[in-house]
Amino acid sequence: MHSGVFHTSYEADMGLRPMPAQRVRLALFVAAVLIFPFFASNYGLNLANQVAIATVGAIGLNILTGYTGQISLGQGAFMAVGAYSAGLLTLRLGLPWGVSIGLACVITAAVGVFFGLPSLRLKGLYLAIATLAAQVIVEWIITHWTALTGGTEALVIPAPELMGERLNTDFRFYWVGVTAAAGTALFAANLFRSRVGRAFVAIRDQDIAASAMGVNVFHYKLLAFATSSFFVGLSGALLAYYRTIVTWERFTLETSILYLAMIIVGGLGTIVGSFLGAVFLTLLPVLIGSAGQALQDAAPGVAGLVPHIQQAAFGLVIIVFLIFEPRGLAKIWRNVKDYFHVWPFAYRR
Amino acid sequence: MEVFLQLTVSGLSNGMVYALAAVGFVVIYKASEVINFAQGELLLFGAYLSFASIAQIGLPWGVGVALTLVLAVAIGLAIERLVLRPLIGEPVISMIMVTIGLSGVLRATVNAIWGPRPRTFPQFLPSGGVEIAGVVLGADRLIVIPTAAVIFVLLGLFFRYTRDGIAMRAVADDQQAALSMGISIPRIFAVAWALAAVSAAVGGMMLGNIVGLSPNISAIGLRVFPVVILGGLDSIAGAVIGGAVIGLLEAYTGGYIGNGLNLVVPFIVLILVLMVRPYGLFGKPIIERV
Repeated sequence: MHSGVFHTSYEADMGLRPMPAQRVRLALFVAAVLIFPFFASNYGLNLANQVAIATVGAIGLNILTGYTGQISLGQGAFMAVGAYSAGLLTLRLGLPWGVSIGLACVITAAVGVFFGLPSLRLKGLYLAIATLAAQVIVEWIITHWTALTGGTEALVIPAPELMGERLNTDFRFYWVGVTAAAGTALFAANLFRSRVGRAFVAIRDQDIAASAMGVNVFHYKLLAFATSSFFVGLSGALLAYYRTIVTWERFTLETSILYLAMIIVGGLGTIVGSFLGAVFLTLLPVLIGSAGQALQDAAPGVAGLVPHIQQAAFGLVIIVFLIFEPRGLAKIWRNVKDYFHVWPFAYRR
Repeated sequence: MEVFLQLTVSGLSNGMVYALAAVGFVVIYKASEVINFAQGELLLFGAYLSFASIAQIGLPWGVGVALTLVLAVAIGLAIERLVLRPLIGEPVISMIMVTIGLSGVLRATVNAIWGPRPRTFPQFLPSGGVEIAGVVLGADRLIVIPTAAVIFVLLGLFFRYTRDGIAMRAVADDQQAALSMGISIPRIFAVAWALAAVSAAVGGMMLGNIVGLSPNISAIGLRVFPVVILGGLDSIAGAVIGGAVIGLLEAYTGGYIGNGLNLVVPFIVLILVLMVRPYGLFGKPIIERV
């Protein structure tokens, strides 16, 4: 029985997973992730891959918006930059997929820094509007620079190969997706134990105080844009290789909104929240869709309404979370843990 | 010359619709500092409500328009009470996301009720051509411009002479001082949303007349941003002039350059304005800077 957590050394306080219970949960989760593909159907694996890619993108956006407090509506544009650079590097220059994914991340980071420049002068809603404009402009460039991107035509790229195996099935791609998601999560979790990550958080909480304490706001804001865009680009590039088709329709303003919704529903400024939000918003339309199919015979009228219900549910979920649990699924998960942690008492740590 | 006149009229009439949407946006922003991403959907809702009352129920168009406006007020009040009021004082990102969520719900509702395909709007503005100085111009577009102007004048009178209008200006100027003078802030927020819904509904009906009716017209919601940034986020006159400028700019680039450039030019203007003069043409030059 616990009455709370009291660390007695700085090492324990700074540790990534200081509690035995945390380590047990992590081990169980890793085991589940490793076993999952051997039992899951193809469809389940397809969803898992979508979740993995979305997790990478959501963590990327969370680094910028959740941790550094810079609202970005340009997520779709940055993912597009990642996807198109990865695709074009493979198609035009014939680079191997690992190299082009790496280069795509770097290119996206550079583009992110460029569109992050207004953040040096603008805050809050002005920055949101500036990134909205960036989104529209990048979309327009992609659909109109036909010589480079093929315009509204889709880019078809070859499936990646690893040790002679083509990663063209959900089962094979799963390992790439999971590795990327785990690596991103580990990097981000460690980032916020370092000086750089703490500086990001300081800028979010009070930028003037941060600069008074020796944080170079100019430098760290751009670094936040670069780090965030790097992972957003990674998620775009992974999506390109997973689908092996790149079209601009996947990277519209709706994508930006979807990812913002993920980190809000999941929990701003938490890694686990990025993952929970990605799971929740990837599965929500799927669940509504299958509920509609189940009702097909009983109520044929309902099935026709499914796309609209999906859209309305998406909006409602955002509103309900903001009103009733603005700290998202991560907070709910934490409440559950706390409840069992101090059970049978009702107080919180 | 003929092309120029036609482009001017089409740009100005589109610009007035943008301005009607933008005015609602500015009223909400001034009163409560909420950025409303659902402005385009309010416009969409207004257009479909008038379609329902005129074409589907068969009311005469005057009655249908009046009914639409009453319903728009009700929707504005309901949104404020149910969605925005619980979030008073929350950070900017919550406000932005809640209106984005709202826009999804509103668009889904319109799609669920009226379906995604375009509908024939019961045109009540006179259609056909009018010949001015040897150039044929669309009568409906010509009428939109003075009608919008009348609405802006009415709004101006509202802010100048009515109790609620003056209270709204007081709240926009200094919320604390207004509160201590006994002005009810929640009431002002409610009036702001009602006004925004009404002006968006008027814009929606005009848009229905000049370009027809489909769920896509909610895309106007995004055009509002260049308009209000150019005019100044907290300036109603700025919204009107910004609407006209952006409308004309779009028409001229569409007409003379083409290549879909008219879709992106407003946003390039937006970025330039944010870089050079973030408070816009008429906004108050206090802006959160780093």
